[in-house]
Amino acid sequence: MTMEQKVKMIEVRDVQFVYPGNNDTESVDALSGVNFHIDKGEFVGIIGHNGSGKSTLSKLLNAIIFPTKGDVIVNGLNTKDHEHLWDIRQTAGMVFQNPDNQLVATIVEDDVAFGPENLGVPSLEIRERVDRALATVEMQAYAHQKPHQLSGGQKQRVAIAGILAMEPECIIFDEPTAMLDPSGRREVMETIKKLNRDKNMTVIHITHYMSEIINADRIIVLDQGKIVMEGSPESIFKNVCALKKIGLDVPQMTELAYELRNEGMDIRDNILSIDEMVDALCR
Amino acid sequence: MSVEIRNLSHIYSKGSPFEFQALNNINVTIEDGSFIGIIGHTGSGKSTLIQHLNGLLTPTSGTVLVDGEDIFNKKKSEMIQLRHHIGLVFQYPEHQLFEETVQKDVAFGPKNQGLSEEEVNNRVRQSIKMVGLNYDEVKDKSPFELSGGQMRRIAIAGVLAMEPSVLILDEPTAGLDPRGREEILAQIKLLHTQKKMTVILVSHSMEDIGRLVEKILVMNAGEVVFYDSPNRVFTEIETLESIGLAVPEVTYLMKRLKIKYPEIREDIFTVEAAKDEILKVIRG
Repeated sequence: MTMEQKVKMIEVRDVQFVYPGNNDTESVDALSGVNFHIDKGEFVGIIGHNGSGKSTLSKLLNAIIFPTKGDVIVNGLNTKDHEHLWDIRQTAGMVFQNPDNQLVATIVEDDVAFGPENLGVPSLEIRERVDRALATVEMQAYAHQKPHQLSGGQKQRVAIAGILAMEPECIIFDEPTAMLDPSGRREVMETIKKLNRDKNMTVIHITHYMSEIINADRIIVLDQGKIVMEGSPESIFKNVCALKKIGLDVPQMTELAYELRNEGMDIRDNILSIDEMVDALCR
Repeated sequence: MSVEIRNLSHIYSKGSPFEFQALNNINVTIEDGSFIGIIGHTGSGKSTLIQHLNGLLTPTSGTVLVDGEDIFNKKKSEMIQLRHHIGLVFQYPEHQLFEETVQKDVAFGPKNQGLSEEEVNNRVRQSIKMVGLNYDEVKDKSPFELSGGQMRRIAIAGVLAMEPSVLILDEPTAGLDPRGREEILAQIKLLHTQKKMTVILVSHSMEDIGRLVEKILVMNAGEVVFYDSPNRVFTEIETLESIGLAVPEVTYLMKRLKIKYPEIREDIFTVEAAKDEILKVIRG
C-alpha cells in the first residue's frame, strides 16, 4: 500500500452468525466475535479448515446472508440496509470453486455480458466492459467460443471476467483453484495477482493451498468461527505447529525450513518461497 | 486384480460434427496390488480412461482385460459382477449421497449385490471404520448434516462396502482442507498396504502423487506420455510443463540447488527426502 491514507473497503464489527437449528438439531455458532477490516487495494488471504467459518464469512461480505449480531460494512454501506443490497453485491463480486456452476451462457462473451445486462447497463457500454474484462483476463481470443470447450483455468478466467464486467471494487475468491490442474491454477493465480497489482483491486482470497497466499499483504486464520491469527504471511506461517494443530498446513518451503531448523541448521524460520530457500542455502 | 488396457481408443460422438478422439491407442498394464497415479491437464483423457476400467464407457476400439478376462466380451450380467470388483469413486462423490441415513447410504451398494442383511451390516460397519469415522456416532445421522470431509468419506465408504479389488479415485481430495486431505490419503494408503488393494489415484497434486504412488501414468491429448516410476517421470520437468503439468515444489528447489551443489540429487519429491539430502550435501 503506497496510499498515504488508507481507505476501508470492508469492515467487520463484532460479528456473530448463528445457523438456526430445528427440532432435531441445535443452532450452530458459525462465527462469533469476528472483528477485522480490509483496506482498499489490499490482498488478504483467509485460511481455515472445512467448517471453520470461511464460507459463512464470504457470504456475509457479499450480503447473501446477514449477521445475527454486529455489522458488516462494505464500502461504507451496512449490509443490514436492504436498500443498498444491490450496490453491495455489485461492489463485492464473488468467484466460486466450480467454474461450471458459474457460466450460464453458450458463448463466452454472452456469459461475461450477463452481469452488466442484469444491472441495466446500456448496450454500448456493455460491449466496452466485456471487451475490457476479457482483455484483462487474457481471454479475448476466446470471446466467440463455447465455454464447455475451454480448460478449467480458462473457464475460471471467464468467470472472473464476468465479475469484472460488473466493475466491482473488491472480489472475493472462494477456493477458485480447488478443481484446477497445475497450469490452470497458475493461470488463475496470475490473473488474481495482476488484478490486485495493476488494477488496485481489493482481493480476498479464501484457499486451502498455502502457497497461493505467500505474497498476500495479510492473512487471516479462522478456527471454529473465530479469528485465531492475523498478520503477514511470514509472521503467520512460521507458526508451523500451531497451524498444523488446527488442521492447516504451511507452504512446502516453510515446512522444509522448519524441518532443517529442527536438525540444527542455521536457517530463517520465515522462508516462504523457493527463491528464499535457494538464497538461504547458497549464501 | 491386474488391469490390462490394450490398444484402447475412444471417440466421442463418432460420425457427427462433434466427433472428438478422447483416447488414442492406450496400452498400459496395471499390476495386481500396485498403486498408480494418473496425471494430465483437464481434458487430457484421464476421466474417459478410468470410465473404461469398470465398463461405464465402451471402447471405440481395443479393450480392457481384468485378471486376463476381456470385460467387453461379456454378457451384461457378468459385466455387472465385474463392476463390483472395480470400485470407482468419482469427483465430488458426496454429491451422490442420497439416503436418509449414513447407514442406508453406505448399504446401498452391497444391498444391490444381493448380500444377506447381516453381511451388508458387517460391511457397512467395516467400511465406515476404514474411512476413519466412528460407526455408532454417524450411522443414524443424515449424510447432509456432516462436514464436507466426512461426507466425502461416507461416499468413499459406500464404494469400499462393495469390497472392490481395484479402487479408482478421481481427485478424492479436491476442496478438502489440509488435514482432510492428509487423512483421506492416509486411509487410501492403508487400504493399499493392508488390504493389498490395487489403487489408481487421479490427482492434480504433484506433491501427493510424488509421495504416494509407485508408478505415474502421464496423459496428454488422449495419449500416454510416460508410464514410469516417480523418479523417472518427475525428472522430465520440461516435458511435463509443456503439457500443463508440474513437478513437486521441492523438486524445483533441488534443481536450483544443483547449480551450486552439483552433487545434490534431483529425484526428490517429498519434504522429508529433501531435508535428508540437504543435510547430507549442504551441511555435510
